[in-house]
Amino acid sequence: MTQNLQFDDAGRLRHLLTIEGLSRQSILEILDTAESFISVGQREIKKIPLLRGKTVVNLFFESSTRTRTTFEIAAKRLSADVINLNVGASSTSKGETLLDTIRNLEAMHTDLFVVRHAESGAAHMIARHVPPHVHIINAGDGRHAHPTQGLLDVFTIRRYKSAFEKLKVVIIGDILHSRVARSQIQALNALRVAELRVVAPKTLLLMAVEKLGVQPFTRMEEGLDGVDVIMMLRLQRERMQGALIPSEQEYFNLYGLTPAKLALAAKNAIVLHPGPMNRGLEIDSAVADGPQSVILPQVTYGIAVRMAVMALIMGGSAEPTGGRR
Amino acid sequence: MGLVIKDGRVIDPANGVDGKKDLYIDGSGFVVGVGKPPPGFKAKKTIDARGRIVCPGLVDLRARLREPGLEHKATIESEVHAAVAAGITTLCCPPDTHPVIDTPAMAQMIQSRAWRFELTFIHPLGALTQGLEGRRLTDMEALDEAGCVGFTNALAPITDTLVMRRAMEYAATLDLTVFLHAEDPWLRNGGCVHEGEVGTRLGLPGIPEAAETVGVARDLALIEQTGCRAHFCNLSSGRAVTMIAEAKRQGLPVSADVTAHHLHLTEHDIGDFNTQCHVHPPLRGNRDRKELRKALKNGIISAICSDHQPHEPDAKLAPFAQSGPGISALETLLPLTLRLVDDKLLTLSQAIALLTHKPAEIIGVDTGQLGVGATADICLFDPEVRWVLTEDKIASRGHNTPFLGQEFLGRVTHTFIGGKLVFEL
Repeated sequence: MTQNLQFDDAGRLRHLLTIEGLSRQSILEILDTAESFISVGQREIKKIPLLRGKTVVNLFFESSTRTRTTFEIAAKRLSADVINLNVGASSTSKGETLLDTIRNLEAMHTDLFVVRHAESGAAHMIARHVPPHVHIINAGDGRHAHPTQGLLDVFTIRRYKSAFEKLKVVIIGDILHSRVARSQIQALNALRVAELRVVAPKTLLLMAVEKLGVQPFTRMEEGLDGVDVIMMLRLQRERMQGALIPSEQEYFNLYGLTPAKLALAAKNAIVLHPGPMNRGLEIDSAVADGPQSVILPQVTYGIAVRMAVMALIMGGSAEPTGGRR
Repeated sequence: MGLVIKDGRVIDPANGVDGKKDLYIDGSGFVVGVGKPPPGFKAKKTIDARGRIVCPGLVDLRARLREPGLEHKATIESEVHAAVAAGITTLCCPPDTHPVIDTPAMAQMIQSRAWRFELTFIHPLGALTQGLEGRRLTDMEALDEAGCVGFTNALAPITDTLVMRRAMEYAATLDLTVFLHAEDPWLRNGGCVHEGEVGTRLGLPGIPEAAETVGVARDLALIEQTGCRAHFCNLSSGRAVTMIAEAKRQGLPVSADVTAHHLHLTEHDIGDFNTQCHVHPPLRGNRDRKELRKALKNGIISAICSDHQPHEPDAKLAPFAQSGPGISALETLLPLTLRLVDDKLLTLSQAIALLTHKPAEIIGVDTGQLGVGATADICLFDPEVRWVLTEDKIASRGHNTPFLGQEFLGRVTHTFIGGKLVFEL
């Protein structure tokens, strides 16, 4: 079902809802396209006319600064017209359904919706009900998926490391609630990394997590042993409620990435974090700002990756966009 | 004045009947002869039932009619028409209407509204606590007098164990049956799918199997303490089945049912957020489905019900967790049960028993059988006809079903209530 919904009849990517179902080949195509967009951001005039005349609506039902901004910059560098709508919870409180919101914006001839929503499956639901010429990019739905984050993470890894097939990777933190973790896992497995581990206390692990193709660990020292890539997750401070973890102090002691713990990984291991970081909770400042951190490059690459996804998805539509490589 | 249903295969498990027989019904709507007419019987009307199964009208232990309170989803009128089209002649309606069925007036109002249509007979289940709030008991004796056939807090949990104990003791005092939806609300924790592979993949909050087993364990301990007669609704996990089996072995007065869809679907049918598979309790794993099926065969589960929950289309057009739970299921109750015969799990007679006299025994009503003297509530179906479920074939107001587009073997052709033909295909 995912495949049918994300691809058109010719097998071209029509929406990006999840990384599940994307082949190694199509992920590499996105990464290669992103590579070609890197230079756009370094030019004097940071614009190419690929999506000139197209309307992109950033529809955020959940607040976000970083993701929304990078999507906006990505669309603008491709010369699209961008509208940002922070719907928050207000649209539903006015009684309008999610589909009504979409249909109204569709009536304004939107070409692409970038959607973030607090409920898992929201992007799928929307994609199922828009006409064929409208595209959807999932910018995060509940605990389900955040595919562009997963893609920009593997893009970053590729920039610093060689073949995925030789890499040992660990994802550390709140796996249970993390849409980022799911997308990272799917991307890394599609790219056939040598070893993929997750580390979390059992309260933040998932039932049947090994079915996702990862090896679960509860002790950070074991999970870090000899890895080439460390992907930290953000811990929401409200997790202290609901008896998931006892305190920030205990979490940092057990699962915070400190220079001492980092030393257990391979010598030149890199550290990623999707942001925004909680310094002193999941990551020590000495690591976040240290030489092995690639956290800021992740943000830069996020723009190129989002440009690539938009270009590939919209490139499939009928009108010539001009300036296509 | 009489009616004869001729040349059908009469299957009446309660009376051990299975064979080609004519069925004779008098002018007052009672069965007066099976196989041979009583002396002086004159048939005014004959129904040719060649190639058809003639069985008692189906008894459905749980169907929500949405009236009063949610008439935009369905009404008593729309759903009793759907029920007779499905061969269902008796059904129980849970008390979680708006207002709640916690007074004799509400119980009588629902029955009298249904009687206007002279179709499926509706037995209300009374609320176990006032307003289903889990604090004060209802006037159970008065509700029993007003026609309630059992007492339940429906899907609203009684979290205070002492209140549950008192409710059971009081029901036992009056020899009433308590219907239980055993689930620990804290372990449910706002979940909407089985805590397992699919919930993990889709990032949907899960309901662990332990939510059900902890609920069943608590209630079984209280049943043992109070001697209350109890019926467990809607078992969803294999482990809960094992616990009920053990309780039965120890001689506790318990029974259990399962919905038709839990016997056919698993969490994997949710696919990519198919909201039509959003049900409560959730669809669980393959092993659970297998255990539920086995429990039908060995008698641990003694009824299959529809758990009918019609919705307006918008209720399912939402992100999964926000979509309305439940399936419009009256009209697939018999076809899905017949699939179990096709799957060689049950004989036709066993399957019919699970839809007729066995559920009737649980609510203590004298229906679900066709012995001489029984009310002529009868379902005729053609076991050989293949048909595809499409929206235009659904009589219920709710078209929300994951079985749309599927082929079924066997379809209801006639339904009689009190000897009166109320549905003909």
